[in-house]
Amino acid sequence: MKKKLVMIGNGMAGVRTIEELLKLQPDGYEITIFGNEPHPNYNRIMLSTVLQGDKSIEDIIMNDWDWYKNNGIKLYTGEAVVGIDNQKKQLLSDQGRLVDYDELIIATGSSSFILPVPGSDKQGVVGFRDIHDCEMMIKDSRKYKKAAVIGGGLLGLEAARGLLNLGMEVNVVHLMPHLMERQLDETASGMLKKELENQGMNFLLEKQTAEILGDERVTGLRFSDGSEIQADLVVMAVGIRPNVQLAKDSGIYVNRGIVVNDYMETDMPNIYAVGECAEHREIVYGLVAPLYEQGKVLAANLAGIPANPYEGTICGTQLKVSGCDLFSAGEIGDDEGTKSIKVHNEFDGIYKKIVIRDNRIAGIVLYGDTKDSNRLFRMLTKREDISGMTSVSILEANGCCGGGEAGDVAAMADDELVCGCNGVTKGTIVDAIRTNELTTVDEVGGCTNAGRSCGRCKSLISDILAYTLGDQYDTSVKKAGICGCTTLSKDEIVAEIREKGLTNVREVMNVLGWSQEEGCSKCRPAINYYLGMINFDGYKDERDSRLVNEKMHANIQKDGTYSVVPRMYGGVTTAADLKKIAEVAEKYDVPLVKMTGGQRIGLFGVNKEDLPAMWEDLGMPSGYAYGKTLRTVKTCVGEKFCRFGTQDSMGLGIELEKKFERLDTPHKVKMGVSACPRNCAESGIKDIGFVGVDGGWEIYIGGNGGTDLRAADLLDTVKTKEEAMEITGAYLQYYRETAAYLERTAPWLERMGLEHVKEVLADESMRKQLNERLDKTLERYNEPWQEAISDNGIKEKYYKVRNVTVE
Amino acid sequence: MQETMVRIKLADYDSLPVGAGQAITVNGENIVLFRISNGDVKAVENRSPHRKGGTLADALVSGKFIYCPVYDLKISLEDGKVQAPDTGEVKTYHVEVIENEVYITI
Ligand SMILES: Cc1cc2nc3c(=O)[nH]c(=O)nc-3n(C[C@H](O)[C@H](O)[C@H](O)COP(=O)(O)OP(=O)(O)OC[C@H]3O[C@@H](n4cnc5c(N)ncnc54)[C@H](O)[C@@H]3O)c2cc1C
Ligand code: SF4
Ligand code: FES
Repeated sequence: MKKKLVMIGNGMAGVRTIEELLKLQPDGYEITIFGNEPHPNYNRIMLSTVLQGDKSIEDIIMNDWDWYKNNGIKLYTGEAVVGIDNQKKQLLSDQGRLVDYDELIIATGSSSFILPVPGSDKQGVVGFRDIHDCEMMIKDSRKYKKAAVIGGGLLGLEAARGLLNLGMEVNVVHLMPHLMERQLDETASGMLKKELENQGMNFLLEKQTAEILGDERVTGLRFSDGSEIQADLVVMAVGIRPNVQLAKDSGIYVNRGIVVNDYMETDMPNIYAVGECAEHREIVYGLVAPLYEQGKVLAANLAGIPANPYEGTICGTQLKVSGCDLFSAGEIGDDEGTKSIKVHNEFDGIYKKIVIRDNRIAGIVLYGDTKDSNRLFRMLTKREDISGMTSVSILEANGCCGGGEAGDVAAMADDELVCGCNGVTKGTIVDAIRTNELTTVDEVGGCTNAGRSCGRCKSLISDILAYTLGDQYDTSVKKAGICGCTTLSKDEIVAEIREKGLTNVREVMNVLGWSQEEGCSKCRPAINYYLGMINFDGYKDERDSRLVNEKMHANIQKDGTYSVVPRMYGGVTTAADLKKIAEVAEKYDVPLVKMTGGQRIGLFGVNKEDLPAMWEDLGMPSGYAYGKTLRTVKTCVGEKFCRFGTQDSMGLGIELEKKFERLDTPHKVKMGVSACPRNCAESGIKDIGFVGVDGGWEIYIGGNGGTDLRAADLLDTVKTKEEAMEITGAYLQYYRETAAYLERTAPWLERMGLEHVKEVLADESMRKQLNERLDKTLERYNEPWQEAISDNGIKEKYYKVRNVTVE
Repeated sequence: MQETMVRIKLADYDSLPVGAGQAITVNGENIVLFRISNGDVKAVENRSPHRKGGTLADALVSGKFIYCPVYDLKISLEDGKVQAPDTGEVKTYHVEVIENEVYITI
């Protein structure tokens, strides 16, 4: 009979231990897990990103219910263990369940430390620890406006950033004169404070909370100096407290945490502790990297495999707040025995400090540029002797032939850690790449877990891939083709279409030997685009090869409803149109009417079958709020009304939008026209932007306001509107002809080089030819909404929903 | 409770477009029909197997597979299984075409 292994706590360290154990000995134990949260195992680290709106709770589940089932693990969620009887080797849960164990793991983690000040039990006071806390903050942010975060450490700042994103005003209260004082020195912490203030946070430093005010719900804070602030949500992020009560009550030796030896054994036979609840050599860790190392040792111990003892970990920290690149590890202060190397570039907001003790790196603080963090952290943990190195070579990677990172990877020993969070070494990754023929960072993550927590190590993983696969890395990437259906690259496909004169999607796939006969959702839209770009003279678009939004000519929302966004050229409308929009919204009971980011009115939550009728009632074209095409041309009010405007921005904007609307492009294209350098239309982060100057227009290209923010580059300055239109046409066509499908202008421009694009567009005959091809292409398009209204076939095929009733 | 299977007529075969789904509600059950390029008609429940749900009616159809329009999961119309690397499953229904009429057993 299998031995019974029971674990209390279904969190990150505990479940990782079980994962390791299953790897070593898949059938060794009958495993039972108790977790008092109602969820399966999730990535607690990512709660910050959930609060900041980048991820949903579903996204951070690490092991879903199926994982437990498939591994034969019995899981009790929402059930706490309340007693351990180590004589009978039995547990008792709060639901009265008795469970026997042969081996017991305590992995109860910790709880938010709630300051014991009067009023801390009021409604609206939360910690920041689990999904429940996170949900509560999100919910409260809808009702309340003012938040106070007590604690200016890692957790507090991440919470504060999240609350800002949720639209709250945020005061961060901190006892010390500096933020993150345990990880940053004064200079770095000052820089961080400035950046966060720019992001909208307000700081109250050297303030000690004396009382939380309010009747039932919190209304404010009073400090020990007598001053007060208002707050209707208070987040306590002042530290954590290991969950050790259960262990203590059961007679297990507990200091600050449950005391364990180098094999994670407590002083009670057959009982182990791992994670934030455990204390090892007088240290209780609060970051996952050391906890995962502990898990590994414990798993080996349980599997009866001789393992190296756990000897403690030096931790590196970073802050998950965008705009604040920082890394810190080891000692950060100076004393008599230390020397430090510092670089402080106030222009670029970069600060680096390396603390050196006995010719070895003892501490690292990096702010603003953290790309060397992996290398330096490795030197620190390996206790590398640096006496022979110059300060420059310590701070900058010193590949001999400009090799930088790659040389760096080659120099790494196999047992060096690449992913701190998951304890994965270079050797493990290289092995996995070789044995499983991996070619992408995600695949490496799937096999080894590296890169799946904070993500800091992903660039190093990619370097290791390049280094391990050598030349193959490049060729294998090229060989991979545009999707799983083919090994051909974009350039090869385009060349074949031109050479063989191919004219439709089916034909391309047949002739070029596609492995999946009818292609997939990646290649079909791409081929359709390339065909249309090459056969610009009258290509018949293949609607069923389009992705959903373009197929339906409306934007699909997550519940399957659509949105209707009436076209408003240059963001300009009329009272009559506004009335009509309002009437339609009322008539169809539209649940949400919203001004979009592109200066128009969106009607959201429309049932698919209502779309044609709504378009008809509106009597205006719907905007391309969804397509790989020209989306909007944002304009400022300009010379017509603004006292600063030197040009007619609305006029140019409307003309641009009218001319280029409907044009298929590799990815969406946005434009902006501002009539003076005050730039109210944000022209500097558009695919193409215009800024009016006295006597003409400056033209900017390759900007992007999306996930990868990029400021546009100045292309040219022209005198007239006509010149601006001509350059825009040539630029768009050149992008259409040379970009890969789904490549936006920002990465495209970086790939092609600004100088090259400038040269092409400066050539008059080139400009003319590009515009000719573009104009021909533009003739091809119909107004899709009118088409849907008047063509019954289209209405039936795409917009009809039928009901069948039987008795 | 014993549930009985019934066979219900849904649509005329000719009226089903090739290459696009047709959403149908049968007694409150949401179903999508696909007439695929080899002439067969397939039916699956109209619910994306993604955790966040969503519709399958406007999926991209490729042979015996569809791609969920909201999350791009690849789903087999034969057995409703989501293809790797994603996981999940949707219900499939037995469809018959008799003369020009499409029947489903539910
Ligand atoms: C918002 C946030 C951001 C973070 N960011 C980072 C970061 O960037 N990098 C980093 O390395 N770390 C970060 N951490 C810390 C990291 O999440 C923890 O170190 C890690 O989760 C600890 O793992 P654990 O298994 O010890 O505890 P936990 O993950 O907390 O799991 C313990 C579980 O046991 C349950 N439990 C407790 N008592 C009982 C009982 N009696 N019966 C049943 N169940 C019980 C608890 O409810 C909990 O679910 C962050 C933490 C938070 C909260
Ligand atoms: S960009 Fe200049 S002209 Fe246009 S609205 Fe702003 S200040 Fe006025
Ligand atoms: S170091 Fe955090 S995921 Fe690898």
